[in-house]
Amino acid sequence: MSDAKKFMYINRKAPYGTIYAWESLEVVLIGAAFDQEVSLAFVDDGVYQLMKGQDTSEVGIKNFSPTYSALGDYDVNKIYIEKESLEARGLTLDDLQHLVWEDEDEDWAEKDSIRVVTSAELAELFDTQDIVLSF
Amino acid sequence: MSILHTVNKSTYERDTLEACVRLAAKGGSVLLIEDGVYSAMSGGNKSSVIENAKGDLSFYVLGPDIKARGLSEDRLIDGIKVIDYKGFVELTVSNDTVSAWL
Amino acid sequence: MKISIQVSEGPYNHEASVTAINYVKAALEAGHEIFRVFFYHDGVNNGTKFATPPQDDMNIQKTWSELAAAHNIDLVVCVAAAQRRGIVDQGEMERNKKDGMNIMDGFRISGLGQLIEAGIESDRLVVFGD
Repeated sequence: MSDAKKFMYINRKAPYGTIYAWESLEVVLIGAAFDQEVSLAFVDDGVYQLMKGQDTSEVGIKNFSPTYSALGDYDVNKIYIEKESLEARGLTLDDLQHLVWEDEDEDWAEKDSIRVVTSAELAELFDTQDIVLSF
Repeated sequence: MSILHTVNKSTYERDTLEACVRLAAKGGSVLLIEDGVYSAMSGGNKSSVIENAKGDLSFYVLGPDIKARGLSEDRLIDGIKVIDYKGFVELTVSNDTVSAWL
Repeated sequence: MKISIQVSEGPYNHEASVTAINYVKAALEAGHEIFRVFFYHDGVNNGTKFATPPQDDMNIQKTWSELAAAHNIDLVVCVAAAQRRGIVDQGEMERNKKDGMNIMDGFRISGLGQLIEAGIESDRLVVFGD
């Protein structure tokens, strides 16, 4: 793993209004095949990407929200949500999808992928990354 | 580790600079480009975003984008350094990572 | 130093492409290597040869093409983003039964893996977008 770079994807944009959220997720899925250390951060309107109950049937745009629950299968299991962004929008973790992954080293125990962190904790985390891609 | 943050939105229209400042670790550099340069002007009701953060972060502004918009370097918030594209490249090299706040 | 670029916006609508071009020129002048420029989202529209901007305006697509030729830069258009937006090369034309192609000289269409690889192979990845 010593050669692996730390990739951080920062998602700041809401889904559907623009395509960035969906095309960002496509990068994450493709990138997962490269065995790098991947984390995702959802800040500002990016937290809306993970809202439960998205239904685009009357709009006609592809509903890509179920794809987030597949991230665990791609070994993408470090998903950070900024506490301040959630609170600023009157949201709690209960409003968001419950994302999990299965830990191979612990007999496939199911674990939470999402961690709610403060701005200060996120700032420290960003500072340790090799590559920061923001969408 | 140090990060060069780029911001290309006016703080009078979007909150991108506020997000950058909130999530940038102390000691980082912030380069204002494109419409981001409007945030570098003094005397506005959003000038405080940079005024309040400039103790922890170094601020730079892309000169060609200031000139293109008819803005005067004399009216920049104190402490902001004006650089050109060459300086942008140098900042990329002198920091470990570049993070674009889009 | 080895630097890669991501361009996420189309030409003209947003300054991002022009900033990226000016950045690339400055990096080359300073002796750095541009490993790859990856065009994503509407950025794929930087790779069309069918644009005809007014004479007194910058020809962004052509500028990329000339930079690539002069400095041997790898200009990669994301295939998934290109298919959505109608940027077509010979291979895409045949595969998707289109009656023409519009990719600019010096650009090639390839997968998103090229962006990740650019991140891995380069010392810096600089993103320009909206």
